[in-house]
Amino acid sequence: MHASLPDANTLIVRLAAAIAPSLAPDTLIVGIHTGGAWVAERLHAMLQCSMPLGTLDISFYRDDFSRIGLHPQVKPSSLPFDLEDRAILLVDDVLHSGRTVRAAMNELFDYGRPASIRLAVLVDRGGHELPIRPDFAGLVLDVPEHQNINLSRLDDGHLTLSIA
Amino acid sequence: MNPQLTEDGRLRHLLTLDGLPRAILTQILDTAESFMDVGEREVKKVPLLRGKSIFNLFFEPSTRTRTTFEIAAKRLSADVVNLNIATSSQTKGEAILDTVDNLAAMHADMFIVRHGQSGAAHFIARHVAPHISVVNAGDGRHAHPTQGLLDMFTIRRYKGEFHNLTVAIVGDVLHSRVARSQIHALTTLGVPEVRVIGPKTLLPTGVEQMGVRVFHDMEAGLRGCDVVIMLRLQNERMKGALLPSAQEYFKFFGLTPDKLALAKADAIVMHPGPMNRGVEIDSEVADGPQSVILPQVTYGIAVRMAVMALLAGGTA
Repeated sequence: MHASLPDANTLIVRLAAAIAPSLAPDTLIVGIHTGGAWVAERLHAMLQCSMPLGTLDISFYRDDFSRIGLHPQVKPSSLPFDLEDRAILLVDDVLHSGRTVRAAMNELFDYGRPASIRLAVLVDRGGHELPIRPDFAGLVLDVPEHQNINLSRLDDGHLTLSIA
Repeated sequence: MNPQLTEDGRLRHLLTLDGLPRAILTQILDTAESFMDVGEREVKKVPLLRGKSIFNLFFEPSTRTRTTFEIAAKRLSADVVNLNIATSSQTKGEAILDTVDNLAAMHADMFIVRHGQSGAAHFIARHVAPHISVVNAGDGRHAHPTQGLLDMFTIRRYKGEFHNLTVAIVGDVLHSRVARSQIHALTTLGVPEVRVIGPKTLLPTGVEQMGVRVFHDMEAGLRGCDVVIMLRLQNERMKGALLPSAQEYFKFFGLTPDKLALAKADAIVMHPGPMNRGVEIDSEVADGPQSVILPQVTYGIAVRMAVMALLAGGTA
């Protein structure tokens, strides 16, 4: 199963190519911690964005906080720009239920009112629970509910997808 | 068994820093770091504690601590009710529990408790239902854990690490719940040298057993310090014949620019507030470039947010 997943770096190149034609130069790219931030970092470099890269940790916006508590490793969000009336490209590694994206959008709106938000994901694995769909996906898969797709980063910065 | 922790080692109440593992202290400080920028955003709130009711239960007057707890709770989107309960010194235990029971019947999720008697917050924590958390906001001479934590947060922000520091706590350690919480936190976080400086009458006997070095000469004690924490001298101590006069105290234990010059050049000066200018601290130091007394207040909000968020999560 693992071997059948495409190389993550190839997928990122494909994703960047899909995004490039419609990307305004002043678009703000925002990656969701942790995997989304890795993908966003690559896209940010490939698409030669002039604006600084943003990252979001959505721990304070999760809808399962009262059930499972705070994530033990919360990182500060970093949005080093004013997002009022700006176009945002929100980036995550894997789209599953859509709850993370919902939380990320809620957090973005606490920083201001963006003109638009589009969603780019490396893998759309299905299993959506909310009316949230990606504008760009590197790969669309139908993964059984009991399995998880993970993006990990090696010490040399190489990204790999795995399924378990 | 630490009554502050759940069976799986998570924070259940915050009553004292004594006995809390370093991992928990570090987790609180790290979480507070993430809350730091919430106060600077357009919407100064996160939805974490939406729908939770937090009661500020203050049996002893306080402005700063109560206000920062209130702001912290509101930034987490909790509903906050402030109760300032004037009490005589003869308050009976039963009366406190009656108050607590009534508030629990109004579906309280958390109590922030300040009380003049040591152990009051423990007493309430033992009594409440399992889904309710208690935060000690100062009990008698015993503990003031969130003050201790915000002091650690301040030190970490300015000094980066704990393992290479010399920290002095100066003044009325005997009556200070703040000093006790600071000493527990500093030693747990690995500060190699914690000093207490003060006249014999204002240092508790056996304070060395808490792992500190004792100085009665302020000039000797300040030499080489990275952090100087001044304690508030409560005026009523003068009447109790522990001290001759405020002037006399200032002469020997007030922090002046001359005395501060004995510490390291980049030493920071802290004070839990409210300050007695001209008694324990000279205005020139309090308002000077080494003072981090106002940042302490700002950090107090983020640290209290972290404590409340860690307590309220995973309880449903």
